Parts: sequence; structure tokens; C-alpha cells
Amino acid sequence: MHKDETHQHMHSYGIFILVWLGLLTLTGLTVAVAGINFGALTIATALTIAAIKSYLVLSIFMHLRIEQKVFRIFLVVALFFFIISIVLLFSDYSFK
Amino acid sequence: MNTQEHAISHVHRDDIASRMGMWLFLFTELLLFGGMFFLYAVYRYMNAEAFHIAAKELNTLIGCFNTAILLTSSLTMALSIIAIQKDNRKLSIFFQLLTIVFALGFMINKYFEWTTKIHHGIFPGADVLLSRDSGEILFFGLYYVMTGLHGLHVIIGAVLIGVMTRLTAKGIINKDSFVKLEAAGLYWHLVDIIWIFLFPLFYLIT
Amino acid sequence: MSSDAIAIEHNGKEPSYLEYKGRGRGLKSWITSTDHKRIGILYLVSLLIFYAAGVTFGFLMRLELIAPGRTIMDAQTYNQIFTLHGVIMIFLFVIPGIPAVFGNFFLPILIGAKDVAFPRINLLSWYLFALGGIIAILSITLPGGSADTGWTFYIPYSVRSGTNVTYTLFAAFILGFSSILTGLNFVTTIHRMRAPGMTWFKMPLSIWSLYSTAWVQVLATPIIGITLLLVAVERWFGVGLFDPALGGDPVLYQHLFWIYSHPAVYIMILPAMGVISEVIPVFARRTIFGYKFIAFSSIGIALFGSLVWAHHMFTAGMSETGQFVFSILTFLVAIPSAIKVFNWTATLYKGSIELAPPLLYALGFIFLFSIGGFTGLFQGTLAVNMQIHDTSFIVAHFHYVMFGGTGFGIFTAMHYWLPKMFGRMYNHKTAKTAFWFLFVGFNTLYFPMFIMGWMGMPRRYYDYLPEYHIYHLISTIGSWILIIGLIIMFTNLIKSFKKGKPVTEQNIWGGETLEWQVPTPPPLENFEHIPTITESPYEYKQNDEPHLEEIK
Repeated sequence: MHKDETHQHMHSYGIFILVWLGLLTLTGLTVAVAGINFGALTIATALTIAAIKSYLVLSIFMHLRIEQKVFRIFLVVALFFFIISIVLLFSDYSFK
Repeated sequence: MNTQEHAISHVHRDDIASRMGMWLFLFTELLLFGGMFFLYAVYRYMNAEAFHIAAKELNTLIGCFNTAILLTSSLTMALSIIAIQKDNRKLSIFFQLLTIVFALGFMINKYFEWTTKIHHGIFPGADVLLSRDSGEILFFGLYYVMTGLHGLHVIIGAVLIGVMTRLTAKGIINKDSFVKLEAAGLYWHLVDIIWIFLFPLFYLIT
Repeated sequence: MSSDAIAIEHNGKEPSYLEYKGRGRGLKSWITSTDHKRIGILYLVSLLIFYAAGVTFGFLMRLELIAPGRTIMDAQTYNQIFTLHGVIMIFLFVIPGIPAVFGNFFLPILIGAKDVAFPRINLLSWYLFALGGIIAILSITLPGGSADTGWTFYIPYSVRSGTNVTYTLFAAFILGFSSILTGLNFVTTIHRMRAPGMTWFKMPLSIWSLYSTAWVQVLATPIIGITLLLVAVERWFGVGLFDPALGGDPVLYQHLFWIYSHPAVYIMILPAMGVISEVIPVFARRTIFGYKFIAFSSIGIALFGSLVWAHHMFTAGMSETGQFVFSILTFLVAIPSAIKVFNWTATLYKGSIELAPPLLYALGFIFLFSIGGFTGLFQGTLAVNMQIHDTSFIVAHFHYVMFGGTGFGIFTAMHYWLPKMFGRMYNHKTAKTAFWFLFVGFNTLYFPMFIMGWMGMPRRYYDYLPEYHIYHLISTIGSWILIIGLIIMFTNLIKSFKKGKPVTEQNIWGGETLEWQVPTPPPLENFEHIPTITESPYEYKQNDEPHLEEIK
């Protein structure tokens, strides 16, 4: 029988509340920063903050931090496919 | 009693497999929206100025508020799982119901946003919209399709959580067996993550 | 974990999955069954029905093209027929083909499991498959008729056409969902349900293929799901996402379409390659040459195959940089495929060859797929592509890989595994006769298309200049020879279910993988006791001769 040991390391309520506060803070940050024009970097900044927020949701809320390693590998594979597709798409569009 | 009918007496339980299956399904959702993000990326690249102008028409405050609602709903969803693990069924149900309330709040805000836009003639096929720059038409096309599909997933998620609430109340989801609730939670968090990206890309590029 | 409570019948022998009485009787017990073996057979039957429809459309198309001008139908009808031919063959035959039929039936057995990870989702996959197929075919009966856009639904015509495009889009969407669920099931099953001792490198090679395929199904299919959904939305609401009249970019549609549809061809070919990797060692009585190379090449094909999609669009209006990048990547993806062909050949070399029907069809696969593969390289070359894009050269290429490749792979799998599934042996001589009709017919049908395509004959054209007539004539005659071959082959196989010699031995062909160590046909839960694996799957002892009976 496959033993599911993931739940042995379940969190307490506290860490979730902390992460939630962090997420709200980052949201405030992204709104504040949006007013400043970084030119080409504006979208990079917005996406970076969004990525950090997503990382928090994925690792804590979605338990990726305490799951078996194979789940994290899966995510990397899916993200890789997504990102490489955009990169290759732009190999066409950046040069039109 | 026919021994044939009892040949499969045990249903194989594997919680890790259940979560794995759910994660794989989440990837399909990620890529479903991903296709639209591809469109957004290309069209924004080709129509940067028009996107910038069109985005001003969106209400940043409502968008921000909705983001906060969804983030909080993710919190309550996660807390509901901790609660059931600690054998606190009532608290778990409370958090699940709260999550649904937040989902409804999100949809109500969305409803007002959309109806306001539609009232001003900004919707696919409308003359007002079609008279504008093609970049703006594209922006609003993407806006409706992406937030629309997202909204559909909010509703699906809320229904899914509702089902889990009922199962929790009946004790089918309990301290020793709650993978279904976890799966619903994973789905809900994905809905949240998609919005985490939609929000800046539509509301904050002014 | 209990593996007990297996019924022992009165004669001491456990009932097979065919005899097991599920919920309800007869047909109902079949279409509500969550047994992966029964689901595999549900797929087999429905798949072959759709295939027959697809072949019929192909036959009609070739009949129309036998002479220039109108022969049996008008131009509009021709467009609708080639559209439906493509939709059926691709979404209802070649993509589900091996995974849904033989993957479902044998994947759990090959890894030493009792079923897949999610049996009920498996059944749902089949329901969606059947539903999607029925919807697609019913579109013929609607006013306005079935779609005439080609299975590729290119913008802007797919938005403008008055035929029932949305209907077909909807069918394709449902079929995509079916494919996604199968992929998700297989990935989870392979990760979680392998028998004790079966490490990744002790898995049969067909499992490596099915695993790679499953990942592509999960990741790529949603992209076409959303793309087709957006076309439907475009038709209904005039959103403007693709329609150039509203500022959209039709080339972007093509990008999105092919981001799935190119990996889709690897969904088609990988499982077939997996079958060949199973069959070759058995009939050469040798362990496969380069197991790890073949295993990694499956992953490599899935990976690189996801990076080459725009080679379908070289003439559509891409930037030069884009063309260059995708051309190079296209050459790279040929490498892992070639590795497999080398390894199969090396396995056969100095092997103890038994030319049973499965091997004959497998050799047909290798030959035809190689031709298809080579011509793919021609097409990936930019300068050549300018000349042959949208000609019948392309049509010949993809039929060589999808039909000569996956199609013959399916035929191989049938001749290899059907006796195990049903406990009946077909006539070997007839099977070989069918093969030669198929092989000769196939090449007569498709090779002329390379030549006339090179000379400029466009594809999807209802009419043509007299200079192409001779090639079309030969091609159509080839289609008749091919269809005779199909009739002989399927009659032989179907007849064997009732009249074929009963097969009771477990190891019909002398194979080393797990399906040959369970009863014929397998019992409901496959294994009385889950085995513990200690050996690699293709260890052949040279002195051990198999107990093969040639049935003349």
C-alpha cells in the first residue's frame, strides 16, 4: 500500500495567515508600482510580482512544498512547455 | 451469493494518485488559459499604445478589490483543510462556506463591471467599440473572453466547493479522508493564480 | 493492500474478463464497465466504425479525383468530404488509436497492475469519444451541411463559412477532452501503479511511449481546446480575436492551431513506435538493441516535437527569423526518430527471424514510416517548402507517416494482441495476403502524390490540369487495391472471433513481457497475485525456442 506521508508535515493556521498578508502586501506593491513608468520593464516588474505571489500560493496554499518531489517536477515540465511556446512564438513576432 | 460479483471487494485508495490526477488536470486548465495569454502577449506587443489607452477604461479599484477577495478566498479554502485535519468539522464547513461567499462577491463585482461597460457600448460587436482602433478592439475582445472564461471557472469552483461542503457535513470528508477537499482546494487556488496574472495585465498597464 | 477475493470457478479456472458479469446483462454490462479491458474493446469497436466512415470518405474523394472536372460530386461537397475525412481520421482514429484501444487494454497488465488509476474517468473518456464522434458525423445531416473549411479551420474562412463549423468545433473540443483524460490517467497510472521491482528502466518500451504520449496529450490538447473555442466565440460574437477585418491576426490563429496539432502527430506516432519496439524483439528472439536509447528517444520526440509547430506555416507570412528557427528545430526532431529505426534494425540483424504476421506488418511500418520521415526533412527545408507547401506532396508525406506509420502500427498491434484479448487465432496466410494488398495498394495510392505534388498539383483541389491526370488515375486504382486489402484483413480478424482456432496458452508468441504471463483471455483483475519484477523485459535466452503454431 502506498503510504501518504505528506500530511504528517501539515502546517498550522498561522502560516497561511502570514502568507495571505504577504499576498495582500504584494498586491498593494504591484498597484503602487504600476503608476511608475519603467518603459519596457513595466510589464517585467508586474509579471515578476505576480510570479512571486503565485509561488507563495503554489508552495504554501497548494502544499507543493511538502508534497513528493515528483509534483514539483511535473510543474516545471508544464511551465517549461508554456514558456518555451511563448519564446518560440516571439521568435516569429519579434522579427516581423 | 455469486462470488463473481464480489471479485472486486476493495477499491484501491491512493491519495497521492488522486492529487497527482488533479495536478495534471490543473495543468490542462493552465494551458487552456495559457493559449489566451499567448494571444495577449502577441497582441500587446503589436499594439502596445492601444492597449495602454484601452486599459484606462477599466476600474482599477474594483479590480484591486476583486484581487483581495480572491486571495482571501484562497486563504479560507486552505484553512478549511487545516480545520478538517484537526477534526474540526464545523470550522471546516464555515471556511468552505466563506469561500463560496467570497466567490459570489467576486462575481457580483464582475457583473457590475461588465454591465457598466456594456452600457457604454464597449462589447464585442458593438458599433462604439468597432469604431475604435483595432488594438483597442483586441484589448476588449481579450478582456471579455479571458475574464469571462475565468468567471466561468469561479462559478464552477464555487459549485465544486459547495459539493465538498455537503460531503463534509455528511462526514464523508473527514479527518482521515479529505483528499476530495484538497482536490477542490487545488482547483480553487488555480482560479486564484489565473486572476493574479489577469489583474495586472488588464488593469495595471496604464 | 488486498489482492484477494478472486473468484475461483467450478472448474478451478477463473472467469476471463469477457465472461465476468458486471452490472446488468449483455450490452449494458459492457457500456457501464470500468474494467480497462472492456473499455479498450469499446474503443476498438467504435474506433473501427469511425475508421470505416473515414475510409469511405477517402474512397469517394479518390473516385472524384480519378478524372479532371466533376466526376461524382460538386466542389462544395468535395470540400465537406475532405474536411470530415480529416476530422474523423485524425481525431477519431489515429490520435486515440493505439493508446485508447491497446494502451487501455494492456498498460495495466504490462506494468503489473489491476487497472488504471482512475477507472471511472476512463469510462468517461470513452463516453466523450463516442459523443464527439457522433456529433461530428451527424453534422452531415444538418441544414448547411458539414464544415467545408478543412480540418484545420483556418481563419478567416472558418469565421465566414455558412456551413456547420461550430458544430464540428464543438465535436473536436469534446474529443480533445477525452484525449486529455486518457493522458492524465496514464501518467498517474505509470507513476503510481507499477508492480514492485519494476523500476523505470525495467518497464516495457511501449510504456515509455505511452508515457511520453500521455504528457503531450495533457499539455498540448488544451491549446487547441481554447483555440477552437475562440473560433466558435468569434463566429457567434464577432469578438475580433482572429478576424483580420476586425484587427485580428490569422497567422496567430495558425500558430495556436499548430502548437497542438504538431505535437498531435507525435501523439499519433509514439504509441505505434512503442508497439514496434515490443514486436521486433519477440520475432527476432533477441533483446532489443539500445533499450535506454529507445526509452529516452520517446521523451526526446515528445519534447522536440513540441518545438517545431511553425513548419506548417513557412509560407503563411512568418518572419525570416521565425522560419529559420523552426526549420532548424524540425531537423533536430528527426534525430530521436532515426535512433529508433536504427535500433530496430540492429535488433533484427542476426536475430532468429520468425516472419509471423505481426512482424510482417511491423516491417511494413518501418519501411513506410521511413519514407514519410525522410520526406518530412525535405519539407523542413525552407527553400523546398516554398515549392511544395499545400501541394499533394504534403498529402503523401502525412499519409506515409500517419497511415503507413500509425495505421500499420495499429494493424501490427491487432495481429499481435487480438489473439490475447479474445483467445482466438486468425488465419496467418490470409493475414499475410492482406498485408501485400495493403502494402502495394498503399504505395500505388500515395507515391504518385509525391511526384505530382513536386510538379505543382495543389492539395484540396477538386479539379486539376490534364498533365496530372495519369498520377491521379494510378492513385485512385491504388486506393481500390488498398481497400481490398483492408477488407481481407478485417474479414480475417473479425471471422476469427467466432471461427478462429481457440487459443488457450498464455504465451502465444514467446514474448517476455507481462501480458504473456497471464491467462488468455486475461481474468478480470489481470493477476492472481501482483508479480514482483526482477528482470528487464526483453531477456531472451537464445536456446529457448518458442512454441509457435503456424496456422495455414
